[in-house]
Amino acid sequence: MSGILTRTRLPLGIAATCLLPLLGGCNMVVLDPAGDVAQQQGDLVVISTLLMLIIIVPVMALTGYFAWKYRAANEAATYKPDWDHSTQLELAIWAIPLLIIICLGAVTWVGTHLLDPYRPLARTAPGQAVTEKDKPLEVQAVALNWKWLFIYPEQGIATVNELAVPEGRPLRFRISSSSVMNSFYVPAMAGQIYAMPGMETKLHAVFNETGNYEGFSANYSGAGFSNMRFAARSMTAKGFDLWVAKARAEGQTLDRATYLKLERPSEKEPVRRYASVERDLFDRIVNMCAEPGKMCMHDMMAIDARGGMGLAGLHNVRQLAYDKHAARGTGDTASDRYIAENCTNPELLSASLARIEDRVIDLSTLTGAGLNRPGGPLFRKRQTSTKSPELTQAGTTDPVS
Amino acid sequence: MSTDAIPSTSAAEPTFLLGKLSWNSLPHDPIVLSTMVVVIIGGVGLLALVTRYKLWGYLWKEWFTTVDHKKIGIMYMILGLVMFLRGFADAIMMRLQQVMAFGGSEGYLNAHHYDQIFTAHGVIMIFFVAMPFITGLMNYVVPLQIGARDVSFPFLNNFSFWMTTSGAVLTMASLFVGEFAATGWLAYPPLSGIAYSPSVGVDYYIWALQIAGVGTTLSGINLIVTILKMRAPGMGLMKMPVFTWTSLCANILIVASFPVLTAVLALLTLDRYVGTNFFTNDFGGSSMMYVNLIWIWGHPEVYILILPLFGVFSEVTSTFSGKKLFGYTSMVYATVVITILSYVVWLHHFFTMGSGASVNSFFGITTMVISIPTGAKLFNWLFTMYRGRIRYELPMMWTVAFMLTFTIGGMTGVLLAVPPADFVLHNSLFLIAHFHNVIIGGVLFGIFAAINYWWPKAFGFKLDKFWGKVSFWCWVPGFWVAFAPLYVLGLMGVTRRMRVFDDPSLQIWFAIAAVGAFMIAAGIAAMLIQFAVSIWKREALAETTGDPWNGRTLEWATSSPPADYNFAFTPRIHALDAWYDMKAAGVEHPAEGYKDIHMPSNTGAGVILAGISTVAGFALVWHIWWLAGLSMVGLIGAAIAHTFNYKRDFHIPASQVAATEAARLRQLQAAGA
Repeated sequence: MSGILTRTRLPLGIAATCLLPLLGGCNMVVLDPAGDVAQQQGDLVVISTLLMLIIIVPVMALTGYFAWKYRAANEAATYKPDWDHSTQLELAIWAIPLLIIICLGAVTWVGTHLLDPYRPLARTAPGQAVTEKDKPLEVQAVALNWKWLFIYPEQGIATVNELAVPEGRPLRFRISSSSVMNSFYVPAMAGQIYAMPGMETKLHAVFNETGNYEGFSANYSGAGFSNMRFAARSMTAKGFDLWVAKARAEGQTLDRATYLKLERPSEKEPVRRYASVERDLFDRIVNMCAEPGKMCMHDMMAIDARGGMGLAGLHNVRQLAYDKHAARGTGDTASDRYIAENCTNPELLSASLARIEDRVIDLSTLTGAGLNRPGGPLFRKRQTSTKSPELTQAGTTDPVS
Repeated sequence: MSTDAIPSTSAAEPTFLLGKLSWNSLPHDPIVLSTMVVVIIGGVGLLALVTRYKLWGYLWKEWFTTVDHKKIGIMYMILGLVMFLRGFADAIMMRLQQVMAFGGSEGYLNAHHYDQIFTAHGVIMIFFVAMPFITGLMNYVVPLQIGARDVSFPFLNNFSFWMTTSGAVLTMASLFVGEFAATGWLAYPPLSGIAYSPSVGVDYYIWALQIAGVGTTLSGINLIVTILKMRAPGMGLMKMPVFTWTSLCANILIVASFPVLTAVLALLTLDRYVGTNFFTNDFGGSSMMYVNLIWIWGHPEVYILILPLFGVFSEVTSTFSGKKLFGYTSMVYATVVITILSYVVWLHHFFTMGSGASVNSFFGITTMVISIPTGAKLFNWLFTMYRGRIRYELPMMWTVAFMLTFTIGGMTGVLLAVPPADFVLHNSLFLIAHFHNVIIGGVLFGIFAAINYWWPKAFGFKLDKFWGKVSFWCWVPGFWVAFAPLYVLGLMGVTRRMRVFDDPSLQIWFAIAAVGAFMIAAGIAAMLIQFAVSIWKREALAETTGDPWNGRTLEWATSSPPADYNFAFTPRIHALDAWYDMKAAGVEHPAEGYKDIHMPSNTGAGVILAGISTVAGFALVWHIWWLAGLSMVGLIGAAIAHTFNYKRDFHIPASQVAATEAARLRQLQAAGA
């Protein structure tokens, strides 16, 4: 069958036609990003692909070859209708893929731990280790319907749909969402992580080049999803300071009332900057208590952890005067309830957040962020400078000590 | 700032009589409205034709109420084909929207419409195309392959089919009455919760899947019991044909995983209907729990789809290479290993949800491990071809296309299993390209191979080869033209489910993809022509031996189409390729000694129960409580009434069996002469 020959050539032909214009300057941001983390992730894409091609190419070539050679018309080819077993071949066809998966598995284990988004950066570029002096810039990112809010606690400013950061400085993102699931993704900087309501996720990253890039939500979040994009701008340290000063000069304040207005669904929001931000706004967003008079989740959990308030707790349930339904202009609000706020010491709110991020990372073992070193006979116990006292107190047990 | 995009759906107060249903529920969108008009005209025309040719009685007696696994199998295939056309129409609409919506253009679909289309496309293609296709194949082929007269529970089989159809009907109804979910095909909360999806779309989604899920689960139980209990004497487990093995594993997966889907949808239902907080933002709800649970069903589901087709490829490769299957034992063990491993990989669908590095690594590596048995299967097919005499009939062409296409899809899948790589490719068009690469290249190509392979068995004539080849050569290159650009776009950082784009440099890739989609459309058209031409020329294509491909398994021992009772005598099995073995041993077709054959009677209970379920689902979607209550009572009443039906069985008299078999013998002699 001559048809089969053309058939096997076809994917190669298509691959070639796809690759040609690409080489001519298509922007493959995933493979050629501007940040060290994304670069390592992109490299892993290439390495894994090459590893797999070791087996994929021979298989496809053999398929084409056998399909051609053993066609019925080729009477000259050997025909063994009852040959159905060969121990050596069986061993090979299980063992060769196994070996490749062992290699790929090792790459995966190491890569996943080193590039864990929760893990503080160990380097900002190849050969450029992070030291005690490189204090990361914290940015709190909140996915709103359908725009992004960025809060800079160190600078005390906030922006909408614009993320500006200094090039070369480690970045620490604390990410949440006000209503539905989104995914925070700046392909040029680092891989994505979900932004979820009532939840905080983290991402550590760095930009190694200055420039204007794109960020967006990579998880469908409703009608305005397509326009949920923001400018990601990497600047020189000086440019960043100027940018901060400019934001401060614009003079607006982001307090809880402003936030609740901002949170309402809208699309294609222009860039907006706030000179100051209400204290602990991000923690209130994560704990779902930006609305006035609503109990924060961490308080609720603390009460519940001590056995709850029993029947007395019922007195605390209030009808919602303002809620997400009202924000959308849909649904009936009368039947929805919330838990009223008790007196909370705002100092405790910030103090309760364990800061494992402030540690300098020791790369000698691959433990997940915040985990203790493995113990037991298989692991040599070493003096560790990285263990955080808060975590041990919080109940993680160290099997050795 | 604009809030116009949010549909105002809860405008009218619900009424007692009609619940949330009102005139406003009918479509206003000109696209949907004109589709509805066309569908109504077409539907009325079809009904008129059926009435004109007095086919109602025939359809009811011979098809709708049948308990014959062969006819039910064919009805499943027809359901899958009809829904495939709908799902593909959605795909074309998405391709057109994405190629148009550049440079400030909004395209021709608004968000409300577009978001429903991509949701419906996913739901329909998985639940109402792929599932009916594989269930239809298993239903038709498995009893014949194991030498049984029917499945273990023939009535349950009919009921399962109609419940699946009922789910499909509800999904289709949502197009014209109200709306479908606009949440993505897995309906993640909180977006799918009542706070963010207050209208009926998600309710249609829930009830369509719940009703169809009843059918799927029952059919899974039915086929497991059939395979375990109804095999012909002598057919030990390790003498079962590979397709039966993969069907067994797929059905075990169905029975073990669909209850999870049922449960998680039930919890979402409670959140939406009675105000519980399993997956809401407040009151301790956790949407991450939903994501975990739905994928604990969702990952086995993809193996439910692909495993039976792996069986098809095994049968086809062995038959058309004129050779025993290489490494039958390792093939069986590979299938079983895949079945088990498919339960420990679900987290790879959400590496980006914030699990620790060790958890992500674990699930990444288990995912890669699955590629080992899958790779072993591929090698086994390869070495079955080695030193064979390969006849390139249509099923074999699809199989070679599968082997080349699926390998690439498998490779990109393993790539996505590396968590850091997934962080940059998750939810991107690269992912879309990957799973279409395995679902089209694996499941769909397998179904096409199977249709071309078993059609002569089912209808007594072969499919036209010319139009089959036209379809093949449109489909296979069409697939690559449609999806290779999506791989590229994924590497350019383009995410899925986008409706409009800013970057003009992306447009060319979407244009190429759209061309590919139209090539696929031509492939589908050629396939429909192939069916029509084959039916037209059925005399010329007639197949009288019952064994057109020199087959190896038992189904080829029967006439084409097989008699109602499949086998006049229960065959006795001595070897793996039972029919090949019989042919080699020169076993004679027995000519006497027939006995009465005990058969199950047709019953309308399945149609009635599923019909009432459709009404119940519709009532629940629209909050028409009186109707929901009434149909629930009706459902229980009809089920009880069915238990009082004592006319469950009949006997085909020995004389009639003898006449049928004598006719078959004459046909065989004529064919042999």
